[in-house]
Amino acid sequence: MNLENLYRQVILDHYKNPRNKGLKGYPKIHLKNPSCGDDITVEAKIKDGVLEEINHEGTGCSICCSSASVLTETLSGKTVEKAEKLINEFYSMIKGEDEGDEELGEALVYQGVSQFPARIKCATLPWKALERLLKGDDDE
Amino acid sequence: MLAVEKIREYFPIYKKHPRLVYLDSGATSLKPQPVLDKMNEYYAEYGVNIHRGVYELSFRATDEYDLAREKVARFINARPDEIVFTSNVTDALNKLALMYAKENLKAGDVVLTSELEHHSSLLPWMKICEENGARLRYIPLNKEGRITAENFKKALSKEVKVVAITFVSNVMGYRTPLEEIIPLAHENGSVVIVDAAQAVQHFRVDVKVLDCDFLAFSGHKMLGPTGIGVLFGKKRHLKNLKPVFYGGDMNQDVYFDHVEIKEVPYCFEAGTPPIAEAIGLGRAIDFLEEIGLAEIAAHGKALYQYAMEKLSGIDGVTVYNRDADIPIIAFNIDGVHPHDAATCFDQEEICLRAGHHCAQLVSRFLNCAGTLRASIYLYNNKEDIDRFISVLEKTIALFRKLDGGK
Repeated sequence: MNLENLYRQVILDHYKNPRNKGLKGYPKIHLKNPSCGDDITVEAKIKDGVLEEINHEGTGCSICCSSASVLTETLSGKTVEKAEKLINEFYSMIKGEDEGDEELGEALVYQGVSQFPARIKCATLPWKALERLLKGDDDE
Repeated sequence: MLAVEKIREYFPIYKKHPRLVYLDSGATSLKPQPVLDKMNEYYAEYGVNIHRGVYELSFRATDEYDLAREKVARFINARPDEIVFTSNVTDALNKLALMYAKENLKAGDVVLTSELEHHSSLLPWMKICEENGARLRYIPLNKEGRITAENFKKALSKEVKVVAITFVSNVMGYRTPLEEIIPLAHENGSVVIVDAAQAVQHFRVDVKVLDCDFLAFSGHKMLGPTGIGVLFGKKRHLKNLKPVFYGGDMNQDVYFDHVEIKEVPYCFEAGTPPIAEAIGLGRAIDFLEEIGLAEIAAHGKALYQYAMEKLSGIDGVTVYNRDADIPIIAFNIDGVHPHDAATCFDQEEICLRAGHHCAQLVSRFLNCAGTLRASIYLYNNKEDIDRFISVLEKTIALFRKLDGGK
């Protein structure tokens, strides 16, 4: 196991310079990982079955926060149906069940997480939040 | 220093994981073989219920269970009938809060506590206060993050009915000056409930000298099994409490419309208790006494100081408690989230705790997103500290490199 497989440059970059950070008031889901303090809110503007915009806000470790940032870039513009499929692809990749669909794009850097079972929850937390948004849940 | 190599022979986990550097004893201690053997002896040789059977095996089990209570009592200089077995500190403190508040706490009363509390010492009272109109008040910490007698005095007032306070902070390793605080509380007419979860395994706790009203600790942090905890209460206090749980074994006569309960402490132990665990805890106490609490404390202190010396030469680490009273190191790698750092230690089989440690108000006090915690116990040695320091340095270097060599 190699730590540099987990802490990839892309991940650290998204951690230090998060994209689409800051909420704008769309439907949102707030999730926490109380054991380590990850605390993430994901919001999405969904119109005509398309994810027009995704934003995030929160604090936590590099894996969780960067994953939120990567998620917003990977899934914006996708249809709800496509996003649901990619979320499941992401879960399978993280669990080490497959190598990850190339449509996951930048999110493929989280492949290394599969070797660190204790960190799977960190990587998937923002994706779980979006998954719930797609099912129609909303904290408001 | 203790002869750690010899001590480790008693801990089978090192046979399975010879490279293990276990620095998370603050969460739970490792378990020595004699404790496991003792529990196995109960299950294998007289594993039947207690206080019920009129047959010999049940007498044997009951004897062993009662003997465990006597050992616990002697360990903290209490009487056996002042010892209530619970499942852990959380269980003990919740039960006590419910029982005590019901009879004694009313709207306007104050429960005085601190930001250093483990959630299990704080939250039961927080919920009770929310419900019955009593108020929660915090003893201000000094700059270093300690509870002082002076600040305690300032926070004390006539309304303070309960002082719910930790003996040793599970994050900072600071020992609360209870020897000064308890007399002040008693002069004020307040009862003092001590969370001793991080205390009894590190130094001699004498409830008579301390004069605390209640005190709780867990078996699993002192080489004993999980699932067994202890609530000590002065006899006169225990006699004034009414059980919150009713059922088997805690009653002596049952009628159509009322029940007569057993005497203290049996009335607080409804149902089949954790028998094997209580017996295992008794053996753990013997084990600790055989090695000696004073020796364990001196060993921990020496390793803590050794670690502090090494840490002071490392750039990029913040240590939050350079003067802890028990061997706990609370720290962070600058710019690295504690959970990220913990993974790096995990790769080298070094077990550290990362996060809030069930004491989130401490993280708030330190103004950080949690901390890393290395807690030292009798089976740790200098090599453990050396490996810990070496991985710490590697981790700092790794994140510097990833951050673009800054």
